Formats: sequence, structure tokens, C-alpha cells
Amino acid sequence: MITLGHFLALGAMLFAMSVIGIFLNRKNLIVLLMAIELMLLAVNMNFVAFSYYLNDMAGQVFVFFILTVAAAESAIGLAILVLLFRNKSSINVDELNTLKG
Amino acid sequence: MSQTLNASTLLAVPMAPLVGSLLAGILGTSLGGNWIGRRLSHTLTILGVLVAFIISAMTLKSVALDGARFNETLYTWMVVGGLKMEVGFLVDGLTAMMMCVVTFVSLMVHIYTIGYMEEDEGYNRFFAYISLFTFSMLMLVMSNNMLQLFFGWEAVGLVSYLLIGFWFNKPTAIFANVKAFLVNRVGDFGFILGIGLIAAYAGTLNYTEAFAKTDALAALTLPGTSWMLVTVISICLFIGAMGKSAQFPLHVWLPDSMEGPTPISALIHAATMVTAGIFMVARMSPIFELSDTALSFIMVIGAITALFMGFLGIIQNDIKRVVAYSTLSQLGYMTVALGASAYSVAVFHLMTHAFFKALLFLAAGSVIMGMHHNQDIRWMGGVRKYMPITWITSLLGSLALIGTPLFAGFYSKDSIIEAVHFSNLPGAGFAHFAVLAGVFVTAFYSFRMYFLVFHGKERYDQNPDAHHGHHDDAHHGAHDSHHEAAHKPHESPWVVTVPLVLLAIPSVVIGFLTIDPMLFGDFFKDAIHVNLAKHPAMAELAKLFHGPAQMALHGLSTAPFWLALSGVLLAHYMYMVNPALPAAIKRMALPVYTLLENKYYLDWFNENVLARGARSLGMGLWKGGDQALIDGALVNGSWKLVGWFSGLVRRLQSGFIYHYAFAMILGIFVLMTYFVWLNK
Repeated sequence: MITLGHFLALGAMLFAMSVIGIFLNRKNLIVLLMAIELMLLAVNMNFVAFSYYLNDMAGQVFVFFILTVAAAESAIGLAILVLLFRNKSSINVDELNTLKG
Repeated sequence: MSQTLNASTLLAVPMAPLVGSLLAGILGTSLGGNWIGRRLSHTLTILGVLVAFIISAMTLKSVALDGARFNETLYTWMVVGGLKMEVGFLVDGLTAMMMCVVTFVSLMVHIYTIGYMEEDEGYNRFFAYISLFTFSMLMLVMSNNMLQLFFGWEAVGLVSYLLIGFWFNKPTAIFANVKAFLVNRVGDFGFILGIGLIAAYAGTLNYTEAFAKTDALAALTLPGTSWMLVTVISICLFIGAMGKSAQFPLHVWLPDSMEGPTPISALIHAATMVTAGIFMVARMSPIFELSDTALSFIMVIGAITALFMGFLGIIQNDIKRVVAYSTLSQLGYMTVALGASAYSVAVFHLMTHAFFKALLFLAAGSVIMGMHHNQDIRWMGGVRKYMPITWITSLLGSLALIGTPLFAGFYSKDSIIEAVHFSNLPGAGFAHFAVLAGVFVTAFYSFRMYFLVFHGKERYDQNPDAHHGHHDDAHHGAHDSHHEAAHKPHESPWVVTVPLVLLAIPSVVIGFLTIDPMLFGDFFKDAIHVNLAKHPAMAELAKLFHGPAQMALHGLSTAPFWLALSGVLLAHYMYMVNPALPAAIKRMALPVYTLLENKYYLDWFNENVLARGARSLGMGLWKGGDQALIDGALVNGSWKLVGWFSGLVRRLQSGFIYHYAFAMILGIFVLMTYFVWLNK
């Protein structure tokens, strides 16, 4: 049987992968944005799994909200990326340390 | 007995010199715009002191003949927790006598100064200071409580500082005045502890009230120790007297104080300020009588001073230093008398000594003036031919000092020697030996000085310091064409010689006239309290006394007379008959001579151990404590610590977003662990 636990584990694995993707990624800003999307996906997975196994619609409705917000946010993120590229001519994460203390 | 004296008349006694001082000091100097000139300055101040003297004399007559007394508070300054701080006067026999002595000597010195300081720029300032001193000393002796006594005490110390350093451009004068002030301070420390103890345990600073509680005080001990309270109080008070009256080891300031002009050496450092300590102990006799330990201590210290300071007088070449060491020695005599519970004898010697010592100082000043400010007795000699009045008065003063029968000094000194003989306290044996030996030493150095100055060959042109020594722009103008030191001396003007004569008269007669009422009569009856059962010196003295004439006659057969005579004869032999002998003795006894020349190395000790030690302590606390510890470790250290720590923390802000994200995730894990796992 496939239980709730399996889905939660899947969600956790996706989340973990995205977190690692943020740290291990030194070169590509787009990969960073993709990792953020993946994090949101993992959370969505959790919501849907709970909704199915507890027979509560609220989970899936919330996923809609999250998807909307994710979309908006990735639009803005990509816009910032384009502006950044225009100014720095590079999307190397390692070069983004001007806020160094 | 008691008619009371008039408060306003008594108030005029200290106030008149004060007014004179303020007028001369403010209007006569650049403080007030130099309004009044020299004649007006000296007239105002002399008038002030004259008024004080006349009233003091009238008061003495009332007190002695009519039995009048005065003991009232004139002004309450404040009341702090039950302790009243007041200004008041207590006038009895002791006070009246001191008032007369102070005002008379002060008047003589004021008149003398007209001649002595004639060519000095600071003329008005000098008169202001000596009048201010007279005011302070009068407030000290007339006071009826310890606060006013302390005020007068400190004020005379201050004026002494101002006067010793009168010629403030001379570095030696400045060294001397600071030394005097600091050494006095050490004494004052003990003094204020004593006053504080009395205030704490008797609850009052007023003499009458405190003395009424002596029985209660006698039973107490100092908390935490097994010492009698009255012993501690007495010793603390006496430490104050040691500073002010220059007893060993706090005597070191007095020879240096000779840097000041001679009139003040006569006024302050012979007749009045240095006797304040003796006066204070006599005034506090009810307390001192309760403590045998303290009296013993007083007697031993006095004996040491009397004898060892006399030794130092033998080798001095500066005329003023000889008289200074003589003063120290005589103060030792007064102190010994205090220790033997013969307070009236001590005060009697204080009075006679004031006259003949002031006379000797003023005469020395007259000689210095005549010798064009050379003070070295090696280059004098034969002065009697040129300065007859100075010569005769000096001779009379010296005879009085050594205790020639019938002169004033004889009655007081012999009474001291007898009183110590009858004392039964520990240390009395040593004290008796010291005061007897001191008679020989005193006679020797006094007549050494007398013979070297007034008799013998004239040695004025042998002075190797052919410039005029210590004149300090005083004599340049008046003596135009005499730049050789071989100029003969001349007698001083009348303003200088009249005070000498007026001081010589009491030096001769006052002992004879006043010994009976003062020592064996009722004059000090209510001022000085002696426990005759425990300390029988005065009672024994009274048994032996049969009048001043008989005492003088008897004196011719006692040891002090023969000792004094042998001292005079030895001085005559060594300095007149065989002048090569002193140099030979010096060669033979060079270590002793060196010890004396270095004043027993006490000055060396004070300068190199105490003063240098204090300066190093200060330097150490400055460099180590202030700079290194407080500035370095605490103040600078705290910001350096903050700086270092923030440098460390700064590395967390790398600017890389993945570092920040990592920190966030880490934080979440930690919090989750805490909330889920540990709070299960």
C-alpha cells in the first residue's frame, strides 16, 4: 500500500534536493530560481497528500493559492535576473557579494 | 571672682589686626590697585596691633587682679547632627597671658619691620601678612572650642607658608615653605584624628563641655583594641603639637624656615606659632593628665629634641640657624615640662622664651642688616664696636637664654629641670639627663655665636662669597659705592633698636616678677588642671620655692649654673683664646661632625626615602594604575574587545546568498529539533 508517509517522504526528498541545489550551485542564478520553484513544489506535494488522505478539500484549494503566488514570484525573479544580467553581464552566483559586511 | 569681660572689647583684639591686614593687603597691593602707600600701610597695621595690645594688657589686668573671666559663644556657625560648630572666646589666665605675649611681640616685630624691610618691594604685603598672622594666632589662643583652635592652627600654618616663601623668586624659599607646610600637615593629620575622637566620644567640641566628661572618657578603651581612649586621644593631639611646635622628628621644617625674612623668624618661629602646640597641650591638660603613657611619650620626645637639636646648633655658621636650633631645643624643654605635668612651668618658659628668643632673632637681623646681608658668623667679629645697642641687647638675651640667675630664662629653665627631676614617669631619668646636658650645650652654642659675632678680630674681608649674599634686590639702591665686602657695619636705625630694647627689658625682669603668681599662685588655677596625687612635680616644686630672690641665690650652687658657666668658658676658650682648636677638633671627630652637618641624615631620609617613595608611588599608580589599567585595560580594552568580536561576526555576512539560505535552513533545523524532540 502507498501510505501518506510515502508521499511525505517524497515531498521531503524534493525539498532536500532543492535546498542542496541552492548551496551547491555556485555558477548559475537560473538554477537557483529553479531550486526555489522546486521547494514550492515540494510543499504543494505535501498539501495534496494531506488533502487526499484526510479527505479534506482545503489542502488542494491552498495549492491553488501557492501556485499562483509561485508563478508571480518567478516572473518577478526572472525580471530581476534579466536586469541583473544587463548590469553585470554575468549570472554567476559567486560574483554576487557586494552586500558583504 | 567672676565679673565677665566685655564681648565686644574682646572681639576687637583679633579683629583690629585683621582689619589692618585687609586694608594693607588689599588697598596697598596690586589687588586693590595700589591705593595706599608704605607709610599708611605700616601705620594702619601697627595701629591695629597696638589696639590689640592695649586691650590685651587691660584684659590681663582684669584677669589677674580682679579675677575676671569670659567663656561664651559669640556666633553659632552650624549644628551638624548635634555637634555645634561655634565661634567663641574663653579668656582666663592662660589666654590673657598668651594674648599679651602675642600682641607685644607682634607689635615689636611690626615696628622693627619698618626698618628691616625698608627697601623691599613687597613692603605692604609683608605688613598685611604679619597682621594676618596676629589675627590667626589670637583666634587660636582665645578660642573656647576645638574647631576655632583648629581654624587658628591652620591659619597660622598658612601665613607661615606665605611668609617663609615671601621672596618667592628664590627657589630655596619655595622649597622651605612647601616643606614647612607638608611637615605641619603630617602633624595636623594626628591632630584632627584627636579632635575627631573627642567629638565622637564627648559629643562636643567646646572645651568646658568636653572637660566635664573626662571621668567618663577615662574609663573607655578604643573599640577593637585594648588601648585606653584617653591615651590615643592624647597621643593624636600631641602629634599635632609635634608638627606645629617642631618636635623630633617633625622638626625638620624649622631650620629651613629661616629662608624667610628675619622679622618673621622672630614672630612666628620663635615666639608664637611654634608655641601653639605647647599652648594646646596646656589648654587640654585635663585630658592629658589622664594618660601616663602619653605624658611619658611627650617627655621623651621633648628630651630628645632638647638635647639633639642643641648639638646641631654647635656647628652652624649661619647666625639665624644657630638661633633656630636654639628655638628647637627650647621647645624641647617646654615639651619636657608638659610631660612632667608641670604645664604652668612650660607655659611660663613659653613666655620668657618668647621675649628673649624674639630679641635674639631681631638682634641677629640687626646684625645682618649691619653686615650688609651677610649671615655667616665666620666672617663677622668685633661688631660690638659698631653696633652697641645690638651688642648689649644680644648679650642680655643670651644671658637670659642660658639661664643666668636673676634673668628670666633662669627661673623658667631651672623650674623645668627641677620638675622633671620630681617626675616619676618612665623616661623621666633620661629627660632629666637631657635637659641638664642641654644647659651646657645651650650655653656653649649661644656664647660661641656671641663671641664670633661681637668679639674677636674683624673678619669681614675674608668672606669668600664677596658678593652680598642674600640681599635680593633689597640693598642695591641705598648703598651706592661699596662693592667690597670690607665695608664696616653700622648701627641700625631706631625703629630696629627700640624694639630690641623693649624686648630686652622683659627678658631680664619678667621671670623674677611673675614666677610666684604664675607657678605657685592662682593665676592658672582654672585653666590648667594637674592631678597632684599621680604627678607630684608641681607640689614638690612648691615645697622648695621660697621666693625668686632666694631661688636665684640658691641657683648659684646648683648644677645648671655650673654647667652653663663651663659652657661659656669653653666657648670663650675655643673661639677667643685658641681659635685653631675648633678646626682641630673637627679633624679629629670628622664622623661626628659629618653626622651633625647632615642633621642626623633626617633631611636625607625625608627627601630620598619618604619624598622619593611618595613620588614613585604616584608615578607607579599613574603609569600602572591609571594609564595601563584604567585607560589601557578597561577603557581601551573594552572597545578593542568589541572590535575583535565584531570582526569575527562580520565574516558571517559574506554577501553570498547561499550562505544566508544555509544559515536559515540550519536555524530551522535547530528550532525544529528543539520544539519537536526536546519538548516531547
